[in-house]
Amino acid sequence: MVLKSVRMRVNGNWVNVKIPPDRMLLDLLREDLSLTGTKKGCERGECGACTIIMNGKTTLSCLIPALKADGADILTVEGMDQRDQLHPLQEAFWENGAVQCGYCTPGMLLSAKALLDENQEPTIEEVKMAISGNLCRCTGYTKIIQAIQVASGKIRKKMGTLESAEEEKKPSDGAGMCRGKR
Amino acid sequence: MNWIDYQRPKDVSEVLRVLEQAEGRGRIVAGGTDLILQLQQGQLRADLLVDITAIQELKYIQTKDGWIQIGAGVTHAEVAKNSLILKEARALAEGCGHVGSPQIRNVATLVGNVISAQPAGDGAIPLMALEAELKVVSKEGARWIPLEKAYRGIGVSSVNPFNELATEVKFKKLGELGNTRSFRMARRRSLALPIVNGAVVIIFNPSRNRIEKARIAIGPVAEKPFRPRSAEAFLESETISRKVILEAARIASEEANPRTTLLRGSEYYRKEMVKLYLMRMVQNLLEG
Repeated sequence: MVLKSVRMRVNGNWVNVKIPPDRMLLDLLREDLSLTGTKKGCERGECGACTIIMNGKTTLSCLIPALKADGADILTVEGMDQRDQLHPLQEAFWENGAVQCGYCTPGMLLSAKALLDENQEPTIEEVKMAISGNLCRCTGYTKIIQAIQVASGKIRKKMGTLESAEEEKKPSDGAGMCRGKR
Repeated sequence: MNWIDYQRPKDVSEVLRVLEQAEGRGRIVAGGTDLILQLQQGQLRADLLVDITAIQELKYIQTKDGWIQIGAGVTHAEVAKNSLILKEARALAEGCGHVGSPQIRNVATLVGNVISAQPAGDGAIPLMALEAELKVVSKEGARWIPLEKAYRGIGVSSVNPFNELATEVKFKKLGELGNTRSFRMARRRSLALPIVNGAVVIIFNPSRNRIEKARIAIGPVAEKPFRPRSAEAFLESETISRKVILEAARIASEEANPRTTLLRGSEYYRKEMVKLYLMRMVQNLLEG
């Protein structure tokens, strides 16, 4: 078997790796680049733990042959912070207890980031849709949805698009998807 | 060890050349969200994967001479939010918006959904109701096949992945009086296979109170997306009333042949759901 060369931009840095042609992108990230923030869950495209952002769009790295990503721009959870500052989504997940075991968290963060990059002020329905491909077996999603809304406020405040009178969204205004269904 | 070589040609002629050189050991892959798993699980085999997603000439949604044309490089996410599709064939945008999950829709292609040949393909079902046609090219030239002829069995396309490439799917614009809707019933809204799904296309003439054309596709109730032709004909044969819609839905549920499965429910239940959803969809379409 002949090794193949693949070149891609990962978290802002161009990397060049020689790989077997059936190497999956998830394994390239974890094994060849030691970026283990991207999690290996079901390995069949159902759980979303391996979600990354590829050319601006969320993608499941377990279903992408690494050679398909030749020339691509990849963002993993390791690339979300800026100059040692947590991304507002990371802050909001932390502050709102949106993390329990943490296995789904990197994927959740990236699905949420792709959403907020496109839509700074999503509705609850839009948030749910954006993370509908990410399974969490601990939190019940309520706090994750809250955290994404809080992050949306943080980002708008930073960019000056949030009215000063309007406080950052308070987390418990009926945002929970379980409410009323008990 | 799955495949031993992987190539990403830049144009269609290169794809055909690479396939020919591989002499039956090369296989087309687009988004790969079905195919990669089938290869990894040993259900299919290929030594060479020929990835068509770097081909710019296959990435278009356009209208020409009354047809809407979608290239083989277009993803479900792109179809679902495309303004032309939302306006002219809403059922197709809805269906594409149901496939898998956001991450799957960002990668998986609509033409790939047809080639996967699953009886419940959320993208393929509206295409079936729209009477779409598939363009297939090979060294011998190009041919068009009606979507219904693109299926050979469950999960088996009549397009030969070793020496042919499906490059486009197209369907006729419905015109002023045309309208479409899709439906889907599943345990969850995301990442769940449907219990029943379907699409309805009608051309309704309000001045005559008649449906001039009715096309219905339902899945997964047969080996491929299923057209209940007696129900379609019945809808076209009568002036429209609640009773006629109900009767057409009943006929369709009789024509459909779902199996009883633990995953999807009993035959009886699923037939009832076909009836219920069709009735609602047609009603919905007539109310605008």
